[in-house]
Amino acid sequence: MIKVRKLVKRFGLKTVLRGLDFEVEQGEFVALLGPNGAGKTTFLRILASLSRPSMGGVNIAGYRLPDQAAAVRRRLGVVSHQPLLYGDLTAEENLRFYGRMYGVSNLQERVMEVLELVGLTTRRRDLVRTFSRGMQQRLAIGRAVLHDPDVVLFDEPHTGLDQDASAMLDTVLQEVAARGRTVVMTSHDLARTADLASRFDVISRGVISASVQRDEIDPNDLLAFYRQALQES
Amino acid sequence: MTIERQSSALPGENTTSKAAGFMRAMGAVVWKDLSAELRSRELISAMLVFALLVILIFNFALDLNPAQRREPTITAGVLWVIFVFAGTLGLNRSMAVEKDRGCLDGLLLAPVDRSAIYFGKVLGNLVFMLMVELIVLPIYSLLYNVNLFNPGLLLVILLGSIGYVAVGTLLAAMAVQARTRDILLPILLFPVVLPVILAAVKASTGFLDGSEMDLIRPWLNLLIVYDIIFSAVAFMVFDYVVEE
Repeated sequence: MIKVRKLVKRFGLKTVLRGLDFEVEQGEFVALLGPNGAGKTTFLRILASLSRPSMGGVNIAGYRLPDQAAAVRRRLGVVSHQPLLYGDLTAEENLRFYGRMYGVSNLQERVMEVLELVGLTTRRRDLVRTFSRGMQQRLAIGRAVLHDPDVVLFDEPHTGLDQDASAMLDTVLQEVAARGRTVVMTSHDLARTADLASRFDVISRGVISASVQRDEIDPNDLLAFYRQALQES
Repeated sequence: MTIERQSSALPGENTTSKAAGFMRAMGAVVWKDLSAELRSRELISAMLVFALLVILIFNFALDLNPAQRREPTITAGVLWVIFVFAGTLGLNRSMAVEKDRGCLDGLLLAPVDRSAIYFGKVLGNLVFMLMVELIVLPIYSLLYNVNLFNPGLLLVILLGSIGYVAVGTLLAAMAVQARTRDILLPILLFPVVLPVILAAVKASTGFLDGSEMDLIRPWLNLLIVYDIIFSAVAFMVFDYVVEE
């Protein structure tokens, strides 16, 4: 579903991604772990077609980036640590707006379905600026899956959430993944990702330095695996 | 093994559906901007208060006698300074709203031609600017005792506003990426938009002092040409301006 070869991204003289290779099969949930500045967000922005690669190839669902970006965007949902929602619109209006941008058919029906999925049906007519951070993040997930994408990218979705809000977000994340979607999630919260992902990749110094399947590792050893991957990179 | 597809179009997608998608996305952006503004009234009220303050400041600063106040050159000059300053405030705010909550990324992630987003923003900004102008004109008429309800002048205001907003929206999208966006926009915008302001002031003066159409026409033509050229340029470059 996602295939990345020798990806390089430079910002002026600074090289953030240094020949990164990455592959994800359909239905996989990959947690991309790494310290601050490792290049996680830059990598996800390239996958989301928000940033152009300096070198290398990116192929998502059979389409090349950046040449076929519009086709990739149709199949992609993105949740970042910012909600990408308008505070002066209600939850329902936000979803209706994004639904029109994506050309979603049976929009009203789909909006209600998504509000149900993220548990915000009763708050659908409230302005988003009155929502807590956790509610905004749940609505952001609703926005990302509104057009029923094949691939969903999460960029540190738990940032700024308390324990309860994080737990509620995990439930929504599991539901999103359970529908056969391919998910890539960046995080530096190992405990959170341990219960969610089917594969753990460590990104360090602009490359994937280690990768392990969930059934190949005891969740308690994940921290040791992560530290070792960072040391060896 | 990854299958590489040759076309980015969906099955059954043709030029008609692309055009429909373009119009739908543009309409969605306009609807979103107007709905949010109707609720918050942040942008219009800031532009309006600023415009009224500039009228008052000019009234005192120029210290004109009643005859001078009705001078077409002064009226046209003061009016366009008000529109340009208030417009800059609106353009800055309109893009800042997109950037502050990451909504610009949300727009750019949509599978639509990005120029639809640009034209949607232009239409929204144009509506806000025209609303402010429609409120400013009678107030100015009242304070300066000059009749501004001249169809020719209204046409110039419309054409000048289109040119100003077309360039301003493009440059605001560029400036919003920078930390110093509030000061960067006027620095970028004013030199580029100078031909519009010059032509608009000259044409407005011509209509206000009842000049022959032959004298006004070159300025009107300049406004029309500028509007078309800059809309076309923005259509071509907006994608590159908003991309990292």
